[in-house]
Amino acid sequence: MFHQLLQFIAGAIRHVTHGSRTYFIWVAFLCCLIAFGAWGYAHQYQEGLILTGMRDQVMWGFYIGNFTFLVGVAAAAVVLVIPAYIYHWGPIYEIAIIGELLAIAAIIMCLGFVSVDVGRPDRFLHLFPFFGSPNFPRSLLSWDVMVLNLYLILNITIVSYLLYSSFHGRKPNNNFVVPLVLLSIPAAVSIHTVTAFLYSGLAGRPFWNASILAPRFLASAFCSGPAIILVLLQILRKTAGLQIKNEAIWKIAELMAYAIALNLFFLVAEVFKEYYSDTHHLVHTQYLYFGLGESGGLAIYAWTSVISTVIAFVLFVVPTTRKNFFTMNVGCVLLYIGVYIEKGIGLVIPGLTPDTLGEIYPYQPTAHEVQVAAGIFGLGFLAFTLMIKVAIPVALGQLQYKSTGPGADVSAQSSDAHGAHAGA
Amino acid sequence: MLTENTEIDSSSAPSGEVAETPEQKLSMSRRNFMKHSAIVAGAATAAACSTEELEKFTQKRLRELSQPELQALIKRMEADYKKKFKKDVDVRATPAAEGVKFGYALDLSRCVGCRRCVHACVKENNQSRPTPEGPHNNPIQWIKVLEMEKDKGIDLTEANAYYNPEEVPREGHFYMPVQCQQCENPPCVKVCPVQATWKEPDGIVVIDYEWCIGCRYCMVACPYGARRFNWAEPNLPADQVNTNTHILGNRPRPKGVVEKCTFCIQRTRAGRYPACVEICPVGARKFGNLLDPKSEIRAVLESKRVFILKEDLNTQPKFFYFFGI
Repeated sequence: MFHQLLQFIAGAIRHVTHGSRTYFIWVAFLCCLIAFGAWGYAHQYQEGLILTGMRDQVMWGFYIGNFTFLVGVAAAAVVLVIPAYIYHWGPIYEIAIIGELLAIAAIIMCLGFVSVDVGRPDRFLHLFPFFGSPNFPRSLLSWDVMVLNLYLILNITIVSYLLYSSFHGRKPNNNFVVPLVLLSIPAAVSIHTVTAFLYSGLAGRPFWNASILAPRFLASAFCSGPAIILVLLQILRKTAGLQIKNEAIWKIAELMAYAIALNLFFLVAEVFKEYYSDTHHLVHTQYLYFGLGESGGLAIYAWTSVISTVIAFVLFVVPTTRKNFFTMNVGCVLLYIGVYIEKGIGLVIPGLTPDTLGEIYPYQPTAHEVQVAAGIFGLGFLAFTLMIKVAIPVALGQLQYKSTGPGADVSAQSSDAHGAHAGA
Repeated sequence: MLTENTEIDSSSAPSGEVAETPEQKLSMSRRNFMKHSAIVAGAATAAACSTEELEKFTQKRLRELSQPELQALIKRMEADYKKKFKKDVDVRATPAAEGVKFGYALDLSRCVGCRRCVHACVKENNQSRPTPEGPHNNPIQWIKVLEMEKDKGIDLTEANAYYNPEEVPREGHFYMPVQCQQCENPPCVKVCPVQATWKEPDGIVVIDYEWCIGCRYCMVACPYGARRFNWAEPNLPADQVNTNTHILGNRPRPKGVVEKCTFCIQRTRAGRYPACVEICPVGARKFGNLLDPKSEIRAVLESKRVFILKEDLNTQPKFFYFFGI
């Protein structure tokens, strides 16, 4: 056992430290981002959250917006396993592994964003059972901490098991892994539902206090999550020798078109209700799309989001643009931008502006917040890159345990040309 | 009547330092980087070594402490304050009395918007003072007075918290102070992920400053904008410290936690009026025990017609408004 672990670690290190120039530039770039963000965070730890643009009127901002967006990515990544299974996209385990690894990276970023947002990170243990006093089941934030961590553990378990089997050249035991993969699907839906409830349960914030919030969260997650996966699959099949059929990619794109349509429909339903009933609660929607008083608000972001999503919808729904890799990738980027705004600051800021006593505090993230966020994104991308760099060769049988003789070593045949440089 | 203090505008408005451009902040952070990293490293080392820090890290919730543990904690807090402020700060833990539920009533007809209550509250409750010259201006005020137009009535979307005329009341305006409404069904308590805030038997919603993780979900949930966050280290000059404190109330707070009005728990549990009631020059503020039929607050409820803010949210405030005239 110990010997196998050593072999695995040696092989993993070899894979991580060997790669193309692009791979090393990419990793170095991510390390710089992380250092940049860590420096910013050290400063914030010392001075307090006063370095952010948040104040008592708008007490959540860019950090929590990113957190919310990334929960969606984590949820959608895993749900891709369903169509992969139904439509026989070939290497189902590989697709499952990529989805789960993306989910793990997204959860790492989620936890990062929550951690930098709290005023007393030294007291994080108070959130956990046995060490602290989680307000479970009353507080939705307590639920969120719980389900996110369970989801992280679940994904780590599945991926480790699949890779462990592959490392030993064994077929995974379906009786063990299939129920877990199936369990991860409702778990993925539930993390995003709980995150939506965290907002929609607040009666004092009418912009969020809508039952359509959770369905909207899921619909938009099924836009942004697959948008990332589509690009990833194309990169990995070029660089890591992963066999993914074109049909599989087009099928995902087609499913995404439905998700975008649903998301836009929910948006229309909300906009209609707000504008037609025309109550005081309209101010938040008004602030989002047109600004209030002297404050331009978020209009430029909000319209960028709507327009990007609509263009992406057209690109995904028309078969010729969907099956053209250039226009499809443009659609992915637009969709990513659209949902990033909609589920990030486009959700958090108008919910809090004007505040409960009618004051408009024009929140803008400071350079400091962007700096810390860049560090967290760097961390997530690095984690994903390194995990995929080891996982793909293992899954493809290029990195396997050899028990023949003491001198035998891990076979790391993947040449530099084949080395995965995911995301590069 | 004159407004007491024009500094009010810095209360929680986008103040000087907020208006600073991100570039300025960044350059400042560059200048200070070496200093800060040295401090952080130093603090980390100190934390690792000192048993005092370990004690703080393993500190239980206030509600779970036995009497001896509570007394020991109070001793430690008093010693800490003595070191910090060079004076004796008395920290009490007076529990709620039997048969008491505090209620508050505010006469909108009388209030003239002078903000004496705001400043009396700041002094009494050791809130962070403004530092317009310093790098981080982080003033805290628990009471916010809203100016409204008479011909529009009570309309929060039209309210102005930053009025600053030569004299109050201004022609055609009336004033509505807002502070923690001490809800019977408090949304802030429900959402706190670590049970750091709760409703005491006498109805006061309190915060354990040693347990709060500073996630600010309670502030997001509060429909009355009553909670304040310590965005930076609070600025409390030693000569301005009120040394008569309660462990759940006005004792000096650390950076990174939430605070709010406690009906002056340090006073009211000792049979006194809250500071805002005492200072009000027009007698607009009434306070008392809701369970005592002879109390002042019950007299108001009996003889006036009262209303509460945002009654549709079912928060059941124990803070009532009325028009006395």
